[in-house]
Amino acid sequence: MTDAPTADPASAAIDAGADLRGHRRRLVLDGLGIIVTAVGFGFVYGLAAREDAGFSPVEVVAMSTLVFAGAAQFAAVGYIAAGVAWPGVVLLTALLNARHILYSASIAPWFAGRSLPLRAIAAHLLTDEAYALSMAHFRRTGRADLWGYWFAAIAVTFIPWNLATLAGVVVGGSIPEPEAFGIDVIFPGAMLGLAVGLITGRREIVAAFVGAGVGIGVGLAMGTAVGIIAGGVIGPAVGLLVPERAAHEMAPLGTTPSAERYAMPGTHLRPDRRREPDE
Amino acid sequence: MSTEFVGLAVLMLAVTYPSRAVGLLVPGIHRLPKPALDYLQLVGPAVLSAIGAVAVLVRVPEDGPPTFGIGVDSFAVLAALLITAWRRNLLFGILVAVAIAVVARALGLG
Repeated sequence: MTDAPTADPASAAIDAGADLRGHRRRLVLDGLGIIVTAVGFGFVYGLAAREDAGFSPVEVVAMSTLVFAGAAQFAAVGYIAAGVAWPGVVLLTALLNARHILYSASIAPWFAGRSLPLRAIAAHLLTDEAYALSMAHFRRTGRADLWGYWFAAIAVTFIPWNLATLAGVVVGGSIPEPEAFGIDVIFPGAMLGLAVGLITGRREIVAAFVGAGVGIGVGLAMGTAVGIIAGGVIGPAVGLLVPERAAHEMAPLGTTPSAERYAMPGTHLRPDRRREPDE
Repeated sequence: MSTEFVGLAVLMLAVTYPSRAVGLLVPGIHRLPKPALDYLQLVGPAVLSAIGAVAVLVRVPEDGPPTFGIGVDSFAVLAALLITAWRRNLLFGILVAVAIAVVARALGLG
């Protein structure tokens, strides 16, 4: 295969199929890092829920399947352990998960024209990880390949998270010091790594740094949940202050540069299979 | 086996699902003006950075206000961040971070 434009529709269809398979393969490999995160973080959550809040396995499974929001679940364990009443826990959860409004609106254009039941199910599975992985996949492919969303949301996140939380609550008690195994660095490392994967220009860089700075500053003053929301709201606003001509957007949506920007080592398409989208 | 907190899980679902669904279920949300769409594209990096930075730099004691703190985990996560940015490999970055944390703690550094 060469870089020459494809001449006939049949060849173009074959090439498009090969490209899609390549993009999906890249998504699968990228997802491995998230699976590690989900398993490690989920296991620690199950352990903490049992040890700190006295959750039973049934309660942990209910949390992980119904709420399915790691940070909020962890926070809830901490507040229950601290004796906070249920209304307070629910309020905290609403605050911490409010960022999903922005995720949902951001990813919605890719679901345009899809059925209401499909979008309703997709909404329940919308997490930080599913958002980041599937948005990167959509950008690479230049279209809404829903296989990528279900893979990111279910195979990479939902199943590993639920199995790991169950394992944590059932057998985690035999691990005396989870920190000795470095499990505590998995979650923040994954969050920041995912943020890196979404950076395609100076606006994103500014938004990320301001988001982190505001998150820390407000978190110290008003609590971590408020800090995360403040960082998520103020960071993008400051990022938009970067003039478009100075943004140096390297990866407009749906282009090959976008795909290359999001690529992970070992998952690149072979050079002889790269084509510009308008060829 | 206790099921008391299943009720709490249902309440948490009740306040979480609307946040996830509003954008996907409200027709025409994707026809937002360009500045709004540009803003939304920046939400991911900002929120994920805030979550990661807060998780590794803000310590929340059982009693008392949050404090700023740098530890072994901070350096391990910084390494993960740099490696991921350099090699574009999240899995490798996380594994290195875990290895740094394990070795440092085994050496009594944190």
